[in-house]
Amino acid sequence: MAKKQSVHVKINGRERQADVEPRLLLVHFIREVLGLTGTHVGCDTSNCGACTVVLDGKTVKSCTMFAVQADGAELLTVEGLLQDGKLHPLQEGFKQEHGLQCGFCTPGMLMSTYALLKKNSQPSEEEIRWGISGNLCRCTGYQNIVKAVQYAAGKLAEGGAR
Amino acid sequence: MIEKTTPEVGGMGYPIKRKEDSRFIQGKGNYVDDVHLPGMVYGHMVRSPYAHARLKSVNTEKAKELPGVLAIITGEDLAKAGLAWMPTLFFDKQMVLATGKVLFQSQEVAFVVAEDRYTAADAAELVEVEYEELPVLVDPHKATDPDAPILREDREQKSNHIFHWEVGDKAATEKAFQSATVKASVHAVSQRCHPAPLETCGCVADFNKATEKLTIYLTSQAPHAHRTLFALVGGIPEQNIRVISPDIGGGFGNKVPIYPGYVCAVVASLTLGVPVKWIETRSENLQSTGFARDYHMTAEIAADANGKVKALRVKTLADHGAFNAAAQPTKFPAGLFSVCTGSYDFANSFCEVDGVYTNKAPGGIAYRCSFRITEAAYLIERAMDVLASQMKIDPAELRRRNFIQPEQFPYKTPLGWTYDSGNYEGALNKALEMIGYKQLRKEQEEKRKKGELMGIGISSFTEAVGAGPAHSFDIAGIKMFDSAEIRIHPTGKAICRMGTKSQGQGHETTYAQIVAQELGIPASDVIVEEGDTDTAPYGLGTYASRSTPTSGAATAFAARKIRDKAKKIAAHLLECSEADLEWENGKFFVKGASSKSKTIQEIAFAAYTNIPPGLEAGLEAVDYYDPPNLTFPFGTYICVVDIDKGTGEVKVRRFVAVDDCGNVINPMIVEGQIHGGLTEGLAIAFMQLIDYDENGNVQGGTFMDYLVPTAVETPHWETGSTCTPSPHHPFGAKGVGESPNVGSPAAFVNAVVDSLSHLGVKHIDMPITPWKVWNILNEKGVVT
Repeated sequence: MAKKQSVHVKINGRERQADVEPRLLLVHFIREVLGLTGTHVGCDTSNCGACTVVLDGKTVKSCTMFAVQADGAELLTVEGLLQDGKLHPLQEGFKQEHGLQCGFCTPGMLMSTYALLKKNSQPSEEEIRWGISGNLCRCTGYQNIVKAVQYAAGKLAEGGAR
Repeated sequence: MIEKTTPEVGGMGYPIKRKEDSRFIQGKGNYVDDVHLPGMVYGHMVRSPYAHARLKSVNTEKAKELPGVLAIITGEDLAKAGLAWMPTLFFDKQMVLATGKVLFQSQEVAFVVAEDRYTAADAAELVEVEYEELPVLVDPHKATDPDAPILREDREQKSNHIFHWEVGDKAATEKAFQSATVKASVHAVSQRCHPAPLETCGCVADFNKATEKLTIYLTSQAPHAHRTLFALVGGIPEQNIRVISPDIGGGFGNKVPIYPGYVCAVVASLTLGVPVKWIETRSENLQSTGFARDYHMTAEIAADANGKVKALRVKTLADHGAFNAAAQPTKFPAGLFSVCTGSYDFANSFCEVDGVYTNKAPGGIAYRCSFRITEAAYLIERAMDVLASQMKIDPAELRRRNFIQPEQFPYKTPLGWTYDSGNYEGALNKALEMIGYKQLRKEQEEKRKKGELMGIGISSFTEAVGAGPAHSFDIAGIKMFDSAEIRIHPTGKAICRMGTKSQGQGHETTYAQIVAQELGIPASDVIVEEGDTDTAPYGLGTYASRSTPTSGAATAFAARKIRDKAKKIAAHLLECSEADLEWENGKFFVKGASSKSKTIQEIAFAAYTNIPPGLEAGLEAVDYYDPPNLTFPFGTYICVVDIDKGTGEVKVRRFVAVDDCGNVINPMIVEGQIHGGLTEGLAIAFMQLIDYDENGNVQGGTFMDYLVPTAVETPHWETGSTCTPSPHHPFGAKGVGESPNVGSPAAFVNAVVDSLSHLGVKHIDMPITPWKVWNILNEKGVVT
């Protein structure tokens, strides 16, 4: 086992530090070291996007990064979307528009669409579909996910950006 | 029609938002890999790189020396405990860990247990296995050739032939063919694919040496049946086994069987006395657990000069891989494949299926379908199009001429099924109207003149779901009834537990709506729990679209038992006789004096505080429901495609799905199920394939090459419905989750073939890739 290295991150607004093996994947760091199990693992080839988190404002597939590469970074996971006890409009949208079934892809979808709306507050249907093309869903057929994102975009436009 | 409750109560027919969503959208779901127990260790599987090889030796010495490694289990170790083999769900057995030889690539050879998952994976690399390669059998058509290698040395029968099954009247069918004016035939392959739910399979086995209780957190669609099988096979007293299926990240049939990884984790926990977690990788999931389909089918239709069908003859070769690990009722080696006469009034039919072994992963399971009915629906809908094309009759018109008519129900098919209800023409007409069929045919004609390729595909499928009845349906001998238990608390709120297990279908919401409908207790006041065998009543689980037809019915009947008792309590409270009471909107009232009434909530309180003399306290009921028949949902799907002549790419321009699943509990959830099933049908028609090269190397064993659709390939779905209630279900529902996956592949393929039919194309096998289409265009000289 290689010498452990210190990793320090700010995750969902909280400072966390741990000493980990250099080869530890970021997703295992988040799930097993930090105990945030909302982020999921659905494949071993970076295709499914269930592990998507936001790192310094950009989406990353946390199964495709080492935890040590995230040292010093700011991370946002599904657990950090709730603010002041209120659901993010995307979370609300997924529920209102039936944008989830088994829920396994949902955290990754939420993080990808969170980053999408930050970049493009009024995406077209095509832009939403391309925006989630790195996230696989086996249950919904994506149509209601598109509607959920449109719902959130509408809410955000009404109530100011979050 | 079902009488509607108020929106506040939220009974049947309301699109109420799902109760389960709150935890999923906040990252608070609890899937198996989220289970973390004190002292938990990790398992990792060593797998065979060869498809067929003699196992010369398994050397675990180096692996054992790695710090952190706790145990390594081999096939020889399991053999000493009599566990090297386990029964499959279909009269066969399967190696848990290989002894003697391996029979497919990625077969389980040894199980390494270590303190963390990285060390377990490291140690697996250090296990030295010596193999001697053997000739590989990949093509099922060569399985019974005289020179084919015999794969299963454990069997008495020295042959790769597993079973022959036939049903129907062979002589009458042959006679009908001899005198038929028209004969049409198609050979179609329903290719090997995999359900690939986004969560792979896994478990945490936790044996407590002090209490001798084994708790297994399991990705299980059938937790109760799995508990019984662990007891029967493992010899553990059943009361000491608790199976918990927590949140399940999709199943689609993949999570019905018991897999070697589960057994190894249990053995390791029994040995070490600590919790052992085993979670398969995606590649392991695709390469070793239950594949689906792999049916090589021929259908022949005999018809008269007007296109009226007379007889159907079907011959099929089923590739089961190394072990027959089909998950289907023991009476039916080919499941419900004999529903292959579909929506049409055939006077005669004969269907035969032969199963064979090959050096491929074992299966096949029912992938989002009722035991092989997807294969059946695909075949008949393809064959009807071939007949239409051959006779130059419009495919909608040909279907119309041959539909079973509404007045013919209950309708007995020539292969022995009794359809409960249907109005096939109604669904067809609605779909034709929604898509603007006549206009599209005109457009197609004009486009053909200009050399453009456009096709329209129709599928008017019949599904058969909701198994039991128990007299015909079982899993490993356990009858396919299902159950519900309802307990009403003193304050009028309720908890319900069922023998089924949601994997995303929304049971926590829909079962609550049934209770709301039957008892007038708001759905928001009803908690639904499934998946814990220590608390839920026994049931056979969720697959084959059976939850609403079985546990849904049991929920209604349990609620009605509660209502019967509530009536006695109401009579006591209102000081009248039961005969004077009527039930409406969640309360009993005295006939002719509606102001004198007691709500279900008041009655519930009295059940614990003011119990009538001679009556037991409490307000609860259990129901075990054995359905008298399957239910038969149906529908018509129409697909419009445009073909890019430069690349061979098929663009699905429009897709209309008209489904009839009887009375609907929650239209939002039904529509969601249809979207999802259509997307998997799209995937099967155009993308998903588990193939093998001549050495038995799996092609399509990762998400890099096993293609599942993203949002970009997935079209916008247009849905519609008709409603023909099931006459035998307590609230007229039929089940819906699988219809779109069963009905849609034929619509896609029919559309593509239709776009090329004027060039002489009669059939294209799935998956219809751009490469396949481009080659056809090239061959026909129309590529640009």
